[in-house]
Amino acid sequence: MASPEESPGRRLGLVFFWIYVALYAGFMGLVLFRPDLLSLRPFGGVNLAIASGMGLIAAAFGLALLSLVVRPGR
Amino acid sequence: MLYESSLLAIAIFASFVVGVIGLSFFLGRKGQSAQAYYAAHGEVHWFVNGIAFAGDYLSAASFLGICGMIAFHGYDGFLYSIGFLAGWIVALFVIAEPIKALGRFTFADALDARFNSRGIKLAVAISTLVVSVFYLIPQMVGAGDLIVPLLGLPHWAGVVLVGVAVTLIVVTAGMVSTTWVQFIKGSLLVFFCGVLAALILDRGLAVNAGRPGTERLVPQVRTVRPDGAVLVDGMPQSREHDLRPVGTILRLPDRYAGKTSTGPLRPLEYLSVLEDSSIVTWVPSKRVDEAGVHTTYTPVERQGVDLLKPGGYFTGLTTGKLADRLDFASLMLALFCGTASLPHILIRYYTVKDAAAARKSTVVGIAAIGAFYVLTLYLGLGAMTSGALDPTSSNMAAPLLAKSFSTTLFAVISAIAFTTVLGTVSGLIMAGSGAVAHDLVENVCGVRMTDHEKVRCGKLAAVGLGVVAMALGILFRSFNVSFLVGWAFNIAASANLPALVMLLFWPRTTKQGIIAAVTVGMAASLGWILLSADTFEKVYGWDREASLVPFSQPGLVTIPLGFFVLVAVSLLSPRSPPPVNRARGSR
Repeated sequence: MASPEESPGRRLGLVFFWIYVALYAGFMGLVLFRPDLLSLRPFGGVNLAIASGMGLIAAAFGLALLSLVVRPGR
Repeated sequence: MLYESSLLAIAIFASFVVGVIGLSFFLGRKGQSAQAYYAAHGEVHWFVNGIAFAGDYLSAASFLGICGMIAFHGYDGFLYSIGFLAGWIVALFVIAEPIKALGRFTFADALDARFNSRGIKLAVAISTLVVSVFYLIPQMVGAGDLIVPLLGLPHWAGVVLVGVAVTLIVVTAGMVSTTWVQFIKGSLLVFFCGVLAALILDRGLAVNAGRPGTERLVPQVRTVRPDGAVLVDGMPQSREHDLRPVGTILRLPDRYAGKTSTGPLRPLEYLSVLEDSSIVTWVPSKRVDEAGVHTTYTPVERQGVDLLKPGGYFTGLTTGKLADRLDFASLMLALFCGTASLPHILIRYYTVKDAAAARKSTVVGIAAIGAFYVLTLYLGLGAMTSGALDPTSSNMAAPLLAKSFSTTLFAVISAIAFTTVLGTVSGLIMAGSGAVAHDLVENVCGVRMTDHEKVRCGKLAAVGLGVVAMALGILFRSFNVSFLVGWAFNIAASANLPALVMLLFWPRTTKQGIIAAVTVGMAASLGWILLSADTFEKVYGWDREASLVPFSQPGLVTIPLGFFVLVAVSLLSPRSPPPVNRARGSR
């Protein structure tokens, strides 16, 4: 079986994976340790809890789409 | 609350269910080989498979459970949405392509591709069955909840109805019909949730939901007497004397002074106005004496700003107790790691033709599922302020929200929710029947079967699993379905993910390491759940303080434990022979 690290496409996928892990961990860190910050409304309308939650969902879709568009070694 | 069934609702519901079962019988004629039954010939188009992923994944927990949790507790339900979707990133970037290349029919095929070990097949088949059964429970509970208001039947009847319908779907055509049921259900679910969200925004927010009768903010008491009779505020429950529907806005923001309704709102404006409003939520408290079990629902005025931040359901986030925070972190870790470990999701990768199709279908799945989870926020908040909530059942929030618009929409949404259950349960039963017939009977016990016998064995296993699912659905009826799904994710992530990830990324992994990781991960997470405070309180009815583990969700301990056991046992056991790539060659 070929190691997943050997394919450039898979390697890029893993980079995207770790980017998302950082975003997810950052968000969960806020929820766990500074939930008060999530009540702030830096963008005027909705609070940071809603904005960052929606942002995480959008980031998942954005990275997924990017992984289809950017495929090194195709 | 007592519900009145309507003929129109029953007609729409019946047409959905009959349509889905009819489609199954039609597709069932197309192929009866093992390859067709377990993997739909591997010829499903990636787009169809992507929407079917959504159909598979958006279970009763997502639709009924999250909406209900948001409606009753605010933002915390949305945390489930975020965690559920994040899990797809693991599936897309880590699991999708290799699992397609390694497997054939079942998850065990993939884990065993390098080793051809009966021990791996046995351990993974048992883990598949345990996860599938734990995931089946909330689906069946949700089915029962839906049937009560829709058809006016008792909860158990809904459970039996879905059990029989799903068993028919799976037995008739296996993965082919299951895929199309999930495709149809996934499309309908996302589309109609979009319609419902548009109606919510168009209606805007109104004091007392603009409905007379909802402004009475006095506690309501529901008593269940030892003989089973139900009293409401001390008098026998009847349609004329029942619990009042709840969930209203008490005050709109100052900028709407003198008005009782906002009129249509834009999506972000809706959230912003709600955040500045005062909302009435109803808090239950239970008391038991010789006269029966009394549940008092007390109205509490809360600020929107408090409901739209974490801590409404996961109260431990605000108490500062370490164990409560660890409990939450553990759940979020399990949601993240669990998706890519769910056997019924993994087997869907075998229905497309190659790794590229597997990747593309995952992206389509993420788009559909992500859109749905954004909509759940509006559905939950819309239900919270609709004046239509049943204080006794959080799972009914979404259908009752639809009912606040029209009976037809209620019937359509309930029928879709029911089809949701059908789709997910059929996927789970497919995964379970594959584990029994293909992994246990054929590969572990070594029973040689013809192609026809393999299919028949799978169908018999499906019937058995259907019966088990029905029994558990009746047993666990009082639970929030999202909460129950959390257990399945914990077990899946603890038992399956360490073995899958290490097999892909660590060449030193041995078969002994995989068997140990799956077995220990599964046993540890299951044992932890059975000894947890939540189980003590909600299943055994014991004092939660007597629990033997520090927090209820096991993932934070048992997922790393799975990795640790795999590494330790692999290092202590002899190196495995070079890969044989048996699965790829056999296709």
